[in-house]
Amino acid sequence: MKQEIDTLLQETIERLATIDNAKDVERLRLDVLGRKGTLSHLFKKLGESPAEERPVLGKILNETRVRLESAFEEAKSRTTSISAHLTALDISLPGRLPHLGHLHPITRVGMEIAEIFQRLGFEVVEGPDVELDYYNFEALNIPKDHPARDMQDTFYVTDNIVLRTHTSPIQVRVMEKQPPPVRIIAPGKAYRCDSDVTHTPMFHQVEGLMVDKDVSFGDLKGVLTVFVHQMFGADVDLRFRPSFFPFTEPSAEVDIQCVMCRGEGCRVCSETGWLEILGSGMVDPEVFKMVGYDPEEVTGYAFGMGIERIAMLKYGINDLRLFFDNDLRFLEQF
Amino acid sequence: MLISLKWLRSLVSCDASPDEIAHRLTMAGLEVEAIEPFRFGLERVVVGSIQSIKQHPAVEHLQVCKVQGSGGSLDVVCGAPNVVEGQIVPLALDGACLADGAEISSAEIHGVFSQGMLCSEKELGLGEDASNIMVLDSNLSPGTPLAEALELEDDVLDIGITPNRADCLSLVGIAREVAALFGLPWSLPPINLKETGPAVETLTSVTIEDPDLCPRYAARVVQNVTIKTSPLWLRQRLEAQGIRAINNIVDVTNYVMLELGQPLHAFDYHRLDGNRIVVRRARPNETFVTLDGQKHQLQRNMLLICDASHCVALAGIMGGLDSVITPDTNTVLIESAHFQPTGTRRTAKTLGMSTESSYRFERRVDPEGVLTALDRAAQLMVELGDGELAAGYIDVYPVPFRQESIQLHGSRTNRFLGTDFTREEICKYLESIQLKVRTAKEDLLVVDPPSFRADLSREVDLMEEVARLAGYDRIPSASPMARLASAKPAQDQVIRQQTKELLAAHGFCEIISYSFISPQAVELLRLEEDDRRRRLLPLRNPLSEEQAVMRSSLVPGMLETAVRNQRQNNFNLRLVEISKVFFSRGDEELPEERFNLCGLLSGTRRPAGWNEPAQSVDFFDIKGALEALFQDLGVADIRWANTDLAPYLKPAAAARVLLADTCLGDLGEVHPRVLEDFDLKGPIYVFDIDFDLLMEKTVSLKKFKPLPRFPSVNRDLAIVVSGSVAAQDLLDYLEQHRPQYAESITIFDQYQGKQIEKDNTSLAFRLTYRSGERSLTDLEVNEIHTAFSQKVIAAFQAEIRS
Repeated sequence: MKQEIDTLLQETIERLATIDNAKDVERLRLDVLGRKGTLSHLFKKLGESPAEERPVLGKILNETRVRLESAFEEAKSRTTSISAHLTALDISLPGRLPHLGHLHPITRVGMEIAEIFQRLGFEVVEGPDVELDYYNFEALNIPKDHPARDMQDTFYVTDNIVLRTHTSPIQVRVMEKQPPPVRIIAPGKAYRCDSDVTHTPMFHQVEGLMVDKDVSFGDLKGVLTVFVHQMFGADVDLRFRPSFFPFTEPSAEVDIQCVMCRGEGCRVCSETGWLEILGSGMVDPEVFKMVGYDPEEVTGYAFGMGIERIAMLKYGINDLRLFFDNDLRFLEQF
Repeated sequence: MLISLKWLRSLVSCDASPDEIAHRLTMAGLEVEAIEPFRFGLERVVVGSIQSIKQHPAVEHLQVCKVQGSGGSLDVVCGAPNVVEGQIVPLALDGACLADGAEISSAEIHGVFSQGMLCSEKELGLGEDASNIMVLDSNLSPGTPLAEALELEDDVLDIGITPNRADCLSLVGIAREVAALFGLPWSLPPINLKETGPAVETLTSVTIEDPDLCPRYAARVVQNVTIKTSPLWLRQRLEAQGIRAINNIVDVTNYVMLELGQPLHAFDYHRLDGNRIVVRRARPNETFVTLDGQKHQLQRNMLLICDASHCVALAGIMGGLDSVITPDTNTVLIESAHFQPTGTRRTAKTLGMSTESSYRFERRVDPEGVLTALDRAAQLMVELGDGELAAGYIDVYPVPFRQESIQLHGSRTNRFLGTDFTREEICKYLESIQLKVRTAKEDLLVVDPPSFRADLSREVDLMEEVARLAGYDRIPSASPMARLASAKPAQDQVIRQQTKELLAAHGFCEIISYSFISPQAVELLRLEEDDRRRRLLPLRNPLSEEQAVMRSSLVPGMLETAVRNQRQNNFNLRLVEISKVFFSRGDEELPEERFNLCGLLSGTRRPAGWNEPAQSVDFFDIKGALEALFQDLGVADIRWANTDLAPYLKPAAAARVLLADTCLGDLGEVHPRVLEDFDLKGPIYVFDIDFDLLMEKTVSLKKFKPLPRFPSVNRDLAIVVSGSVAAQDLLDYLEQHRPQYAESITIFDQYQGKQIEKDNTSLAFRLTYRSGERSLTDLEVNEIHTAFSQKVIAAFQAEIRS
């Protein structure tokens, strides 16, 4: 009997050592320690053994049970530990991915621009892509036969209908409809008949307009400074440079410190250290007159920027045409 | 516009570096786009010193010179008669380019390797002598670039002049700005005229028939001129600014135009019929040959310069072939006139011409500058062409120019700019650019702008000048301040954005394709004759036939995008676009613009993995994508129909999306013939939805429903019905006859095959029962469900699937 007990203990411990999964440990545990298991069987046999041996054998059996229980406990924790699963599952294999969707970089950057201005209280409005010559040009102080028309190569539908060459006509449409104050931004597509390395016939702009009593050029500088710092980082320098747009006076181009070279001068900024990112200015009194605002009563500023340009600078994209090729290898990067 | 710095510095003695000048101009609104070195085409030509001369071994009239250039000495073969040892001569090195365009490269000449070329004046474009080697000043040190040695080198600023600053289209204009910006004086070279000829009135006359288009016309006559090449200094200045030198007379007209901004024209006086000038509009059917040899059909509103009988120039644009200066010209009539900007522009545009002259007249030339330019040209023609200037000048100026004074308020200026300039500062800035400023009252300035600044007519124009000259960087940025107002985001934008994000979350990649397509596209989609997508909006001046009309559907752009990606071996496509489409409403009206939503699926349902086989997408994937979207947008009651399918879809796997009785759009598998036309590999599934319509039905604010407090019980109903019964028919019935407590009814299995009778379909539904007041017992649910099952079976002559 003692022999049997010893054999059981020894064999069980040896077998446990070869088992590497919790299921087999449990199976063996039931075989040995279960209600109908070997040990139970031995306890039953105890009753049949001579009475004088019983106390000793009983003690041995109890000790054996304790030892077996702790051996099983140990085996169980060994087989259920994390490292135990290393052999079972190669977690270094790639996971099962869903298809990952992507928003177009123009959408992303357009949203970002809109959000910055919305935080400043600007309302988002839209207008038609196909526009009357009047809204695209004349109401913006660009009469027919004016050299300023050379600044924009226009797609014509008829003599009086064009594809808007900028998002500025939205300004006029808004002012015609509502009295001041006005604080809007207007994102959208614009078109110019020009196609080369640096021009696509369709592109995206965001237009901004603020009209109220006593709006100053200093206010324009302030709002665009906030925009640049939020868009490109608070440490990016910017400068305002006089320029000309028929619908603003004074007009200013805004340059930011080159984001590639940090103003040191590189190929992207043509060694100047500066990058032109938007046009702006104080709304020309002629435009106010066109929409029936009194230029003696209100002043305002307007600005416009190309979303592609901003996206290129933000993401380091070097070819404008990539935006409209819609190559997945491009789109999946955003 | 190109500006020679050397020339500029001769008018304003500014010794700042080119970079500094460029920077100041740029910051004053005259953007310097580039600074280019100008070397008179003498790159790689250096000063050489002839050290020794040997006879060429094979050819009698050739010599081999050892010439010291920048590095060691070079062997140069030379045939000129005048070379002697010790001479200082121009040495063209490898890569140098001669005046006739020939490029120098080392070569073997009859057995002797020649490492360059000694050049004549003519070869270098410096003079007429072609037979002798040009001999240079013996003080010049060998190796010096020739342009530097001859002081021909220059830096040229390329300045972008905005349309409002026509006054800056000249050296003088830029000099004025530089002088103002650096606080320096500037001056024109003095004009001294020797009028040695007869009185001009005895020689010619000028008649202006159209003073609207030509408010001023002045002329002088120079007799007995000699036509020849202009001196080097003049040619250097012209060529530095990109104008080709022709002869002394023509060069003078160009020179004065560059210098003063007044375009001039020189006529051969003897080739003017009647030796006189008439300024008039074109007559019906009149034609004219310009000096570039082009024949033009003229229109009634075009202004012409004529002699007694014929047109001799398109006013302000280009002269004619018949009166051009030739080597035989003896007497020149100089025209200096003012042509009205829009008239000049209209004519130039109509004829498709743009010249240095028309460019300036279109932007407006100073009407008060006419005589200065006339005199300057006359002086130079006398000096350079040895001519005799007729006494006096003709100046027909029917309506003299008047410029109004402008009132400028100091306080208003400061309020408008956000500055605190003093009156003195404001005056100083305005006077620095030659504006006459008078103080009327404490706060009020009265300003007289000069005649060359037509862009200054309003108070705001002067405010701009103050801001510009002070420098925009001196204007403090104000912290954004505004009245609080509720900037409510536009609802349709929010929904578009939400849709894009939702579809991206479902693995779609957003694309943006061009708004224009080929008119052919509607044929490729096989649209019906009365389909509204055939109401195309054509562009009058498209870039190509491929982009000739505004798109009426996003599908062609979507398929083209798929083509481009398939060419890159990308076949797993999940694309979506939300953009406008356009429907023509006729010529007079703006088109209808609507946002559409188009999606495309092809390839595998999930990215290929190492542990599961690739599964191809099918109709139910694209339908599911739309269903998910509708659910998210809160659009209920969508129906799917299989009638009136889109012609570009495969009828067996296509559907129409209906909302009530309105068609929202189409979805399905693209027809194989369409795939073939686009050169696409299928299967490809698309949806095309009228997004504006969808948006109207979108529920933006979702209402909360309290969570159920009692458990639910599921019961299944699996029945076999005739194959002609659509799942939707059954679902509709189940919904209509929804039993008590049934909370939801879904389909969880569909089977057709061997286990059931042919042509039959097995469909399995799961009904979820729940009461809002208590827990339902199995018994009562069983009772309800069994009764309901019987009803369904009876209604569809179905069998319970065992």
